[in-house]
Amino acid sequence: MKLNTRLGGSVAGLLAATLVLAACGSDDDGGSGGGDPSQNADATEVTLTITDNAIVGGKNSEGATWVTEWVIPEFTAMQEEKGVDVTVEFEENGVDDEEYKTKIALDLQSGEGADIIGIDGIWTGEFAEAGYIAPLSDVAGDAVDEWDGWEQIPESVQQAMSFGGEKYGIPLGTDGRVIFFNKELFAQAGLPEDWQPTSWDELLDAARALQQLDGVTPMQINAGTAMGEATTMQGFLPFLAGTGELIEEDGAWRGASAGVTETLGFYAEVYGGDEPLGDPLIQQEAQGRDTSFQMFADGELGMLIESDYLWRSVINPEEGIAPMPNRDEVVGWAKIPAREPGAGVNGQDFVSMSGGTGRVLNPNTEYPQQAWELLQFMNSPEAYEAMLAGSARITPRDDVNAEALAGDPMLSYIAEEVLPITSYRPSLALYPQVSVALQEATAAIVSGDSPEEAAASYQSELEDIVGDDGSVTTD
Amino acid sequence: MTVRQSLGFIGRYLFIAFVLAFFALPLLWLASAPFDRAPSLAVSWPEFTLANFRTLVDNPYALESLWNSVLLAAGTTAIVLVLAALASYALSRVRIPGRDALLYTLLLLSSVVTGTAAMVPTFLLISELGLIDRQLGVILVLAGGLLPTAIFILKDFMDSTPRSYEESARVYGASSLQILRHVVVPIARPGLATISVWAVVQVWGNFLVPFILLRSADKRPAAVTMFTFYTEGGQPDLALISTFSLLFSIPVVAMYLFVNRRYGFRFHGGIKR
Amino acid sequence: MTAPLQQTDAAPAGQPEQPRRRTAVDDGDAAGLGRGRAAAFVAPAMLLIAVFLIFPAIWTLYLGLTNWRLTGLAAAEPEFVGADNYLDALNDPAFRTSLMLTLAFVFFSAVVGQSILGFSLAWAFRRLRQGIRTVVETVVLMAWIIPASVIAFLWIALLARRDGTLNALLGTEGTAWLLEYPMQSIIIFNIWNGTAFSMLLFSSALAAVPPSQFETAKMSGAGTLATLRDVVFPNIRGHVLTNTLLITLWTFNVFAPYLITAGGPEGRTEILGIYIYRVALKEGALGEGAALSLIMILINLVVASVYLRLLRERKT
Repeated sequence: MKLNTRLGGSVAGLLAATLVLAACGSDDDGGSGGGDPSQNADATEVTLTITDNAIVGGKNSEGATWVTEWVIPEFTAMQEEKGVDVTVEFEENGVDDEEYKTKIALDLQSGEGADIIGIDGIWTGEFAEAGYIAPLSDVAGDAVDEWDGWEQIPESVQQAMSFGGEKYGIPLGTDGRVIFFNKELFAQAGLPEDWQPTSWDELLDAARALQQLDGVTPMQINAGTAMGEATTMQGFLPFLAGTGELIEEDGAWRGASAGVTETLGFYAEVYGGDEPLGDPLIQQEAQGRDTSFQMFADGELGMLIESDYLWRSVINPEEGIAPMPNRDEVVGWAKIPAREPGAGVNGQDFVSMSGGTGRVLNPNTEYPQQAWELLQFMNSPEAYEAMLAGSARITPRDDVNAEALAGDPMLSYIAEEVLPITSYRPSLALYPQVSVALQEATAAIVSGDSPEEAAASYQSELEDIVGDDGSVTTD
Repeated sequence: MTVRQSLGFIGRYLFIAFVLAFFALPLLWLASAPFDRAPSLAVSWPEFTLANFRTLVDNPYALESLWNSVLLAAGTTAIVLVLAALASYALSRVRIPGRDALLYTLLLLSSVVTGTAAMVPTFLLISELGLIDRQLGVILVLAGGLLPTAIFILKDFMDSTPRSYEESARVYGASSLQILRHVVVPIARPGLATISVWAVVQVWGNFLVPFILLRSADKRPAAVTMFTFYTEGGQPDLALISTFSLLFSIPVVAMYLFVNRRYGFRFHGGIKR
Repeated sequence: MTAPLQQTDAAPAGQPEQPRRRTAVDDGDAAGLGRGRAAAFVAPAMLLIAVFLIFPAIWTLYLGLTNWRLTGLAAAEPEFVGADNYLDALNDPAFRTSLMLTLAFVFFSAVVGQSILGFSLAWAFRRLRQGIRTVVETVVLMAWIIPASVIAFLWIALLARRDGTLNALLGTEGTAWLLEYPMQSIIIFNIWNGTAFSMLLFSSALAAVPPSQFETAKMSGAGTLATLRDVVFPNIRGHVLTNTLLITLWTFNVFAPYLITAGGPEGRTEILGIYIYRVALKEGALGEGAALSLIMILINLVVASVYLRLLRERKT
């Protein structure tokens, strides 16, 4: 997009058209194919930029601190020994995910942006289709396939940053969804401390037992549009997996199928009726998720289906936003059961969903080899150990997890028990819109529609979204 | 005092008391939460602490971003004030065909450009001009968006200032710029003061433009920093947010009080005849 | 599409050479500015506006004719879709709902709420002690100048279902104001947020009404309503027009309620500013978002011409 930009009022109209054509029409500035992997490979003065949705003292502070205080000095020192003068800059963000996404998409679209970019795994498909990112080996060449780190990352975790069978980035971490419950409330309701339901009915029975307690909301399962993706990930999709269905398989999107209707039926069991098991109003409030966290931390909520994020960042007694001083004693967790034993995907008894973030290389990088070297370095065992210093979280690497998670029973449980049975969202450009349609379907249940009605309107919404770009199945 | 007058009196004060309560009530949170050990979205007597302020001072970007806001606000306001004063004066004194239609069209377009839909063209334009990650780029975009409204309001103001002084000044041989500077500006001061407060407020709260156009965290204004005090899951860290809210609000309120005291704060028709 | 096209033509008017071509007509040019110098005074502002406002605005309007998206296939190869975005929007019930909500929001919160409360305050101030007046003015102004991101938290705290200030005051613990009365809540919020402008404008307006006219009205025994109708309104007609025009335009674009309700529950507070944000930013449909912006401008244009007809014609 090299344009002689003479900007005057009278030519603005003409110029606008020219610029738009230039911006939209040319493929090379999107950098779909990546440049020459060996470009500048022997440079002795290199500048690299990392960006991520993290900022010191704000959102994802630990990750940002790790980059500025460990990755950059260590990598610079390492390169200095090789006689290469590297300057690494870190562009911090730490804002709402959608706004961050807009910003990096604009950067990539104009052929600029950082060399290493942190993205949510679910954006991989849409970014790849837009030509914003390219397969790692197209950008950095054979060095990518030769990396020994791939062996340590399970195939399923690698999927989070892959699209169309190609690896676009290295995953940074993953997570899992379970049912968190309050053991004290369970004891009062006569439920066991090592509770593990094996079917939806057992789960609902426990909720009904909790309903007898005063001032206690039995359970919350995320629903409605206000919570955005949390509704789909923590609510709808794991339960859909519990009916044996995935939202997308072999290019076909699941419409008003039996599983979709059953899942909506489960929502109706929780939020419908005169005495609902969950508080439907929370699901409509803009700050509903915050409220559910606060209630759980205050011991007013029996069960909450959430990702390990709840454990790490919300009710964490030290640094949580709704700290729970007695978290380690009071909070229990259980796997999400399939509708009935064996009814889940792949005939599983228990199910979960996982997501994850990762880092990609900018196809427009001036220093592809050095950028890859830095990315590889950021995913080395030493790097993860440095990042985890003090706080546990699940990394993509088995070798690191084995040691790092030993001290945290909840996260070990996710790594050992949940990740083997988990499912992932389809990394397709249409997914975010389908997700919104699912959120609307659960919202309809919360406000009193029947599962059949909600499923039918979801079906027609889905057909609009998919259009000619795919197919819809109700099987 | 007749019965009717007393009723009017009581009614007036009841009305004022109600309005005062209505406007002050929401502000209470700003007075209590920053000093609370565990701030929540409820107004309660705080378990007093200054720890939140300490956390905030330790934050590498919080105070710096307030300074960046001052820079952006000062730069934008200066441009808007000077250019709008010149333009509105000329438009008020000399009839240009289609003037009102032009002004209103610009006013309408300014609402598009400040919205989300225009962010891509704005980004690409600034990128082409090489102004990405420079505060000047943000200032120019914001000034462009604010100018039509500023001219619109100021022109109304200029229309209502008497022209007799200008005539006398002209008789004494003053140039147009001198007349503007030494005759018109002093009369129009409350209007200019109002426009500058309005412009500062618009810049102070703008998130999208500086966020899209700036890359370095240490150049960003407070409106962007405010949105970084959330967790990875999007939950607000109320200890930081409430405290920062207070620091974020104080400068604009102080500026209003200062400007109001020094120059008066009115729209137009403010001339005592 | 008419507005922006005229715009392209009108833009060069700011450039020095063009106005000179027309015949000079002196209409009370007291400062002896002359066309040339007047144009020079206007030029810098117009240049900045042309580059940083008209140019991106026209570009945006062009985008409205494409299916461009932020990501995905439509980002790599956008297609020209003509009026499709406009037709889709007009046929979309969500858009029509949003439009109706916006009209109600603008009418009740701005045209009625802010104007009447602002005028009443200005009217009451005339006979109020200076000290009290300053306090009230400052508090009302604070609601206007504190940044929206801060204000959102203030209102969330005020209206919260659990331990909210309002519930505590009224003894209505557990009332979810934002769910049960979502539209009413954001209308009242916007009155709170924006009344300052009308108050200031009407204060100045009332100060400019010649006191002798009030005296005459008082002597002839006119009541408050009669005074307002016969003395005040004819004098401030122009201010009423400016006020209504500006607050209508601003309120059409208001985005702050998003920070409080996120457009919910179930889109019941999804006014146009929020709707466009969702389409353009959350869903990344940039072409559609641009088309919606133009529709919004056109509606504003219609509303503005209605105001002009109602308020200006009678003046002549």
